[in-house]
Order: sequence, then C-alpha cells, then structure tokens
Amino acid sequence: MSLRVFIVDDEEPARARLKELLEDIAAELPTSLVGEARHGLEALEQVPGSGAQVLLADIHMPGMGGLELARHLAGLEQPPAVVFVTAHDRHAVEAFELNAIDYLLKPVRAARLAAALKKAAVAVPDRAQLARAAQSAREYLSVVERNRIVLVPVRDIVFLRAEQKYVTVRTAAREHLIEEPLVALEREFAGRLVRIHRNCLVARAAVRGFERNPGDDEAQWLVVLEGVPDKLPVSRRQWPTVRELIAEKP
Amino acid sequence: MPSIRQNAYSDVLPDFRNLGVIARVLLAVNAAALTAALFAARDLVQGADQFVQAATLLEPLLLACIVTLAAASPLLGRLAYWKGCAAVLAIVALLTAAAYAAVSAIAADASQDANLARMLALSAVVTALLLGYFRLLAKAYSPAHAEARLQALQARIRPHFLFNSLNTVLSLLRRDPKRAERALEDLADLFRTLMSEPRQFVRLADEIALLERYAALEQLRLGERLQISWELDAAPVDALLPPLVLQPLLENAVHHGVEPGTGPGAVLVRIERRGDRVLARIENPYIEEQQKRAGNRMALDNIRERLLLFFDAEARISTSSAGGIYRVEIELPYRVAARSTERTGT
Repeated sequence: MSLRVFIVDDEEPARARLKELLEDIAAELPTSLVGEARHGLEALEQVPGSGAQVLLADIHMPGMGGLELARHLAGLEQPPAVVFVTAHDRHAVEAFELNAIDYLLKPVRAARLAAALKKAAVAVPDRAQLARAAQSAREYLSVVERNRIVLVPVRDIVFLRAEQKYVTVRTAAREHLIEEPLVALEREFAGRLVRIHRNCLVARAAVRGFERNPGDDEAQWLVVLEGVPDKLPVSRRQWPTVRELIAEKP
Repeated sequence: MPSIRQNAYSDVLPDFRNLGVIARVLLAVNAAALTAALFAARDLVQGADQFVQAATLLEPLLLACIVTLAAASPLLGRLAYWKGCAAVLAIVALLTAAAYAAVSAIAADASQDANLARMLALSAVVTALLLGYFRLLAKAYSPAHAEARLQALQARIRPHFLFNSLNTVLSLLRRDPKRAERALEDLADLFRTLMSEPRQFVRLADEIALLERYAALEQLRLGERLQISWELDAAPVDALLPPLVLQPLLENAVHHGVEPGTGPGAVLVRIERRGDRVLARIENPYIEEQQKRAGNRMALDNIRERLLLFFDAEARISTSSAGGIYRVEIELPYRVAARSTERTGT
C-alpha cells in the first residue's frame, strides 16, 4: 500500500518539484498524493479529512507557517508525520537537529526525500518536541472537535483559566477547552498575557480597569475585562505586578 | 589574481563640488582661524574681535578658493594625485597673493597686519592639512579593508533567494526548459553584479535591467501573488549610481510586503528625474510586524551607508508608511558619465 502524502508550500514551483520527485522515487517508495495546500491555514482545513500519513511542509508560508501548522495537527487523534522543507533557515535547522525532527533543504534531492519519507512513515509526532523547536509564539491556539481543528486566534483571547485538567480559553464570542499547561502558555505568550491569579491569565489589551472586591481578603481587587461580563479576582500576590504591567500598557 | 587588482587603491583628490567637502572645508578653516585668534588674544572678547577682523580677509579668500577649486574640479581630477595636490596648493597660493594685493591696494596701513609671506605660509599649511585630512577620510572609507566592507555590503542577497530560485529552476527544467534557461540566465546576471567591482558606478539602465531580472525570477516563484507596476518612462537611464542600490529595496518590498500575504500584493517601482536629482520610489503593502524586522532595517542601513560612501551628503533615503502602503524613497544627484558622447548610441 502506498504512503499517503500531503504537500503544503506557498510556491507553486516548489510543490511541482516535490510532486516530480515523488514520481521519481515511486519505484522505490510508492506514494499517493492526497492533497496540496498553499499555507498553514488551508492545510489545517484539508489535512484532517485527507487521511495523510506524511505531510511535507514548507516552514515560511504566509498566514501560518509550517512549524505552527505541525503543532496544531499534532493534536489530532492520528496526526500525520511532518517533514519540514526549508530553503535556508539556520535557526530552524538548529532547532530540528536538537529535537531530531526531520527536515529537508531546498532544493531537495530525491534520495533524501525517500529517506525522510521512510523515516516519517514510522514516526509519531510529538507535540512537546514540536513546541521546543518552535521559534516564536503561535498565532492561534487549536482545539480538536470531531476530527476537525478549530483555531482560536491568540489576539482574540480575553482570559485563560485553569480548571483541573483543562484550560478554559475565553474569547468575546465563546469558550473553548484546551489541554495545555497554563505555565507553558504563560511563557509562550508572555508579552500578551498577564498572570493575575494562580489559575488565571488575562490579555493585557483587554483590561478595562479594576474594582474593589469587598469581603475577600485574599483577593481585594477584581479585574474588569473588555467584551466579557466576568470579573476576575486578582490575587494579593500578583496585584503589584499586575498593576505595573497594566500601567505601562501602550 | 583579480583579488590583488581589486584591493589596489590609489589616492584621489576630494570632489570639490561635493557639498559635504565644501561644508567640511568651511568648518575646518573657520575653526582654525577662531582657535588661532583665541590663542593669540588675552581674553575672550579680544579673541572674538580678532577673529572678526581676520574674517574680513579670510572669508572672501576662502570663498574664492572654494569657487575656483569647484570650477577646476574636473581638471584636477584628471591629474595624478600628487600633481593634483600641487595644483591645489598653487591655486590657493595664487589666490592668497591676489587677496594680499587687493587688501594692500584698499588700505595701505593694513600691510603691517597682512604680511605676504606669513599669509602664504598660513594658507599653505591649512591647505596641506585639509588635503591630508581628506586623504585620510577617503582612506578610511575606501582602502583595502573598506573595499572588503563595500564588497560585503554589496553581496547581501538573501541566501533564501538563491536556494528558492534554484528550486524554481529545477521545477521548470522538465516542464518548460526554455523558461528554465531564461531563469538561469537571469540568476547569472544577478550574481555577476553581486560579485562585481564594488567601487564602480553603473548606469541606471543597467540597474533597471537588474531589477527586471530579479522581478522575473520572483514572478516565476510567486506567480500571481506578485504584481509589480513599473513607472520608468521618466527615468534618466544615463544617470550613474552605485550598483545594487535599488535591487535590495525591491527585494525588501517582495520579502516583507508580498511574501507574507496570502493574496496578491502590489509593488510599485517609480524612477524619475527632477532637475539635477534622481528620485526613486518603491512601494509595497504595509505589514506591520514585517517592516520592523531587523532584516528590513539592515538592508536600509546598508544602502544608506553605501550612498554615504559614494555621495557623501548629497544622497538621501527615507521611509514612510501611510494608508497600508510602505514606501522607500531615494534621492541621488543626477550625474552622467564624463564621456557620455561615446554612449549616445545606446
């Protein structure tokens, strides 16, 4: 049975070249192309239903690049293995070498492609490993719902609140549940989100003001947020930091 | 062997028509006169007084020297460096003698103040010091190591571009060998310019050809996403400019304005002549995070530095953004090759 491959690259000639190479190695490694996309967002829509086993992904793409795409796909029940393709990107290559994620350099050689596909066919993508190789914060958080990936733009987040095993992602429009540790999210989005409580991060840009919280000695202040009715308690410990960070808000 | 030839550097006289040179001469001579006056005087007031007195003789002489040297600049430039220096000294001495004659004719009693030998010695020393300063300045910017610096500044096409272009050519080889050939020829031309002698001026026509080669390569890669409009009808194709001043700007426009967008991106290239200035403008869609990136600033600083090396204060580069458009403008003095008659046929 042939290996199901999906190609995502914003340049048509680059996709064409990979298709040519797949044909060239067909005798050694039969593959079938199950889809093509021009950038990460397009790929996120198409990959889950395509049955792809391996994804050949360019790193630099408009909208959403290959690295972020791979992180979102890794949340799928049966995520495709990802082989990154890049023209010249020292930082990415270093990151991959550290994390043993496979990558190909453009222009790609047929023999290298075959080797990478064989290796990828048996690999299981590791979300933590992908996160370590990431060069910058994601633009989206993703939630998998019935084998579809729902994206939540990070700029829409009003607050994140940890509740037992999950983290609630609150936007003005709705709520989502994700399974990522709050500490990791705090680190990744340090410029955008502020910790106000042991279990809660709020978007700096969404803070409208503060209200007294009479009666509660542990949290004397409540933060009032743009777009949501919730008023969230600021812990006594976080209060000085929060006040400072919000004050220097641009 | 070519590396030896490339590094060979010979002294040249400053361009006496360059505003930067003129400003430096004015500043240096007046500063020297002021220092001398303060040095000889008992207190500040007397020093200022002496400076003003000296200025009545000094300023007309200085202006006469500047004007004469500016007029003689092309002739001086043809002489060997040391002969040129001697000629400059001779011109200054001659004008000093003339100034002395004029002063003695107007005011007989001034002759005790304006002693010819002293004036000649002073002007010769100041001129020699200034020539020495300009020689060092030119050396600092353009000897062997600065040559390497220029080379480094010039050879800055993104590695990404090379590998992506090669990948594009590979993808065309089987489908469309003719286009693959053309793309390789374009790539060869681009790299020929990148590796060319960094101190030579090129004609604007050549730089425009380079822009078009570069655009053709990017067009193959990006397809409909790249939409360049060219406004070159008023471009002075015979103007001289340093190589690769415009191409990096177009590369920036594509890299920061078109590539990060999923839809089509419009780029404008307009070059025109206004009086004795050459104006070039490149516009691309403004994508905030992109334009602030180090890569963009680096390319701009690089061009700014090279313009400074070539034109001193007479070239300008500025950037602005408004209404979702990012714009870079360059202004250069309009100069043509000295023996332009040879080129009129082209």
